[in-house]
Amino acid sequence: MNDWVLIQSLVVAVSTGTPVVLAGSGAILTQRSGVLDLGVEGTMLIGAVTGFWVTTSTGSPVAGLVVAVLAAAVFSMIQGVLAVSLRANQVVVGVALVILGSGLSSFIGDQGDPPVARRFSGGIFTPVFPESVHDWPAVGPLLLSHDPVVYLSWAFVAGVQWYIFRTRTGMHLRAVGHDPASADAAGLPVSAVRYLHVALGGAAAGAGGGYLTLRLFSDWFDDMTAGMGWIAVILVILASWRSLRLLVAAYAFGAISSLGFTLQLLGWKIPTELLAILPFLVVYLVMVFVSAAERRSQMPASLAEPYFRESR
Amino acid sequence: MPQDTELAVRTIGISKEFFGQSVLEDVDFDLRWGEIHALLGENGAGKSTLCSILAGLYHPTRGEMMLAGAPYSPHSPHAALEAGVGMVYQHFRLVEQMTVAENILLGNPDVPVRMTASGLAGRAREVMDRHGLWIEPTKYVGDLAVGEKQQAEILRLLNRGVKVLILDEPTAVLTPREAEALFAALRNLADQGRGVILVTHKLREVQQSADTVTVLRSGKKVAHQRVDDTTTHDLARLMIGDDLEPGSGSVDASHTTGDKLLELHSVSVVSDAATRPELDGVNLTVRAGQIVGVAGVSGNGQRELAEVITGLRTTTSGTIRLRGEDISSQTIGGRIKKGMGFVPEDRLTRGLVLGLEIEDNVLLRSQRDRGFRIGPFLRLSAINQWARRLIDRFDIRGVRKGLPISVLSGGNLQRLILARELSRQPALLVASEPTRGLDVGAAEAVQTILKAERGRGVGILLFSGDLEEVLGISDEVVVMYEGRVVASRPASEVDVAQVGRWMAGLT
Repeated sequence: MNDWVLIQSLVVAVSTGTPVVLAGSGAILTQRSGVLDLGVEGTMLIGAVTGFWVTTSTGSPVAGLVVAVLAAAVFSMIQGVLAVSLRANQVVVGVALVILGSGLSSFIGDQGDPPVARRFSGGIFTPVFPESVHDWPAVGPLLLSHDPVVYLSWAFVAGVQWYIFRTRTGMHLRAVGHDPASADAAGLPVSAVRYLHVALGGAAAGAGGGYLTLRLFSDWFDDMTAGMGWIAVILVILASWRSLRLLVAAYAFGAISSLGFTLQLLGWKIPTELLAILPFLVVYLVMVFVSAAERRSQMPASLAEPYFRESR
Repeated sequence: MPQDTELAVRTIGISKEFFGQSVLEDVDFDLRWGEIHALLGENGAGKSTLCSILAGLYHPTRGEMMLAGAPYSPHSPHAALEAGVGMVYQHFRLVEQMTVAENILLGNPDVPVRMTASGLAGRAREVMDRHGLWIEPTKYVGDLAVGEKQQAEILRLLNRGVKVLILDEPTAVLTPREAEALFAALRNLADQGRGVILVTHKLREVQQSADTVTVLRSGKKVAHQRVDDTTTHDLARLMIGDDLEPGSGSVDASHTTGDKLLELHSVSVVSDAATRPELDGVNLTVRAGQIVGVAGVSGNGQRELAEVITGLRTTTSGTIRLRGEDISSQTIGGRIKKGMGFVPEDRLTRGLVLGLEIEDNVLLRSQRDRGFRIGPFLRLSAINQWARRLIDRFDIRGVRKGLPISVLSGGNLQRLILARELSRQPALLVASEPTRGLDVGAAEAVQTILKAERGRGVGILLFSGDLEEVLGISDEVVVMYEGRVVASRPASEVDVAQVGRWMAGLT
């Protein structure tokens, strides 16, 4: 295979994978606390539209990203209140939030003057390092050609992994997700831990959505996430709730998604419909093998189960 | 250890009522620093309730408590723990998916914000050295044996600064060797000046390991003595009481000469080689027209025995015969067809479907009968008629058309199960705790039904934690202890105190 084609498809994999990396790492935090937030898709849309609005109004992508993160964190609190305090069925709430997020983001997109959906990009994230280093062999395009959000996502992934396994609060998070009754008996504030990590997960999904409008597409249109939130949720399970694995999985997903483009460049004749299925097929197969090989499941034992203290 | 007063814990006139029913009455209880204090009593005597009050899980209806001489009224288990009172429940408060070290240190404010697995393990080792208990700190709790989990639980509490340690039936799940190790550890903790409360019904344990003993019976304190000043025979009498009537003494010889219906021959169940067998070589015979009552403190194999007979659990070895035919490997359905009826212990979850109406519930087990179906379709009118007949015959009250049976009272639900099982005219009825939770009138009604069925020649195997009931309606009394049948006698020949000693593991 042509080296240039290979490297370019990896670069594409990084940029298309970044929203999934951000949303998925956040979902790891949420799910580790025992809350299954299926509303990631909707939360990403909220982040995408609010980020685009602010950036087109102010011209600052940084301001847009900050607002995207905050708006999405607030939006995810719907899941927090319903799942943690009101002990609703988390699957139902999550699916409803996807629909709500889709509708609400479209509604927001029609507001403003001119309406957000009709605006042109007000500013996008640009590569951190000067053009000249992008051409360095291999490391240039792969490591040095990215925008700040990609580097931020790398730091976030590493931070999530470190936080879960190497900090006291991370230990509390795991205890609450596996066995809230024992965590409660140890004096940990179960509800507060869950609220916090639902909010963190929402914030990260918002950043992922913001990346779509502030870099990847540099535009807003209805339902632009097109399933990325769902892919993030699936990859969390595939990565068995570990963010470094999620990063690899998200980039692999991005690479396989762009494989059709690559193969066409190389002159292969494969129906595009088949190529579109390929990433999902690969994900499912890998998932079967990974979960079969896993010695100790990292799945939070109380995932999607509300907790209430038994009282008589 | 703060020893500003000799007494670690003192309760004055503690009473507790659940829904108007008194479970503890005016109990004074004293625990000294440095002693192992056994709390002895039958099931339902109030031991666990008293401990749950001390541990902050329940609040007393009346009465006061003192901890180290100061007023003490914890509003939650966490508050009790903060005050220095910790309880080891039978169900451990450990996160199985995390390591021993993580569990011991969970919630400990001294753990640094940034930590490593080896750093945690080192801290856990310090805790272990301090208390003379040792478990590999990097192991996952889910991989530990029960005895090790228990020690991890104790370490977790000690690390939180517990001065009064309460253990609820700690040896119920342990092998004898594990139990010995536990008692050695507890003695060590008492020697360090802590107060240890040991809830138990095993007299031998009291004799071997406790300094003082308080005996509860039916929610009242009946004795508080130094162990050295008592004998196991005294304790057994205090625990069971000597005001019980002896067995009903069925004078009718036909109750012991009927055909053999159910025969168990050295039936064993071993689910985990590391713990003691659930059932250990059980031999048992039930004849037609006979009630065999199984007595024993709960958790000594009764549940497992009922389950292997009905087919909910498989035997590891041994044979079970029903009317001479080996049914050990028969399915549950096969056993029902051969004439077995079953009233499960947990009637609400295993016996009935609470969300369904009475017609659906009486149909369970009979759903394949020709009278109730035409091909795959149900004959609703026949089912309905049959349900009405059962309601009349067994006097089931409170049934409403179109409402699920969850609206019925406990007594009526139990009558409904009995109605369903007996209407199939089983040769053998296995009844687990058929009167548990019923008021006196409802319980008597159930017992009357059982006796009437015996009159028709049905063989009944009755499991009951209520010794009075076992002795009151059985023809033959069987006593279980640690998975074995330790005694089997005609009810007319047994002495209540003797049954109490057998139940407590004495011979």
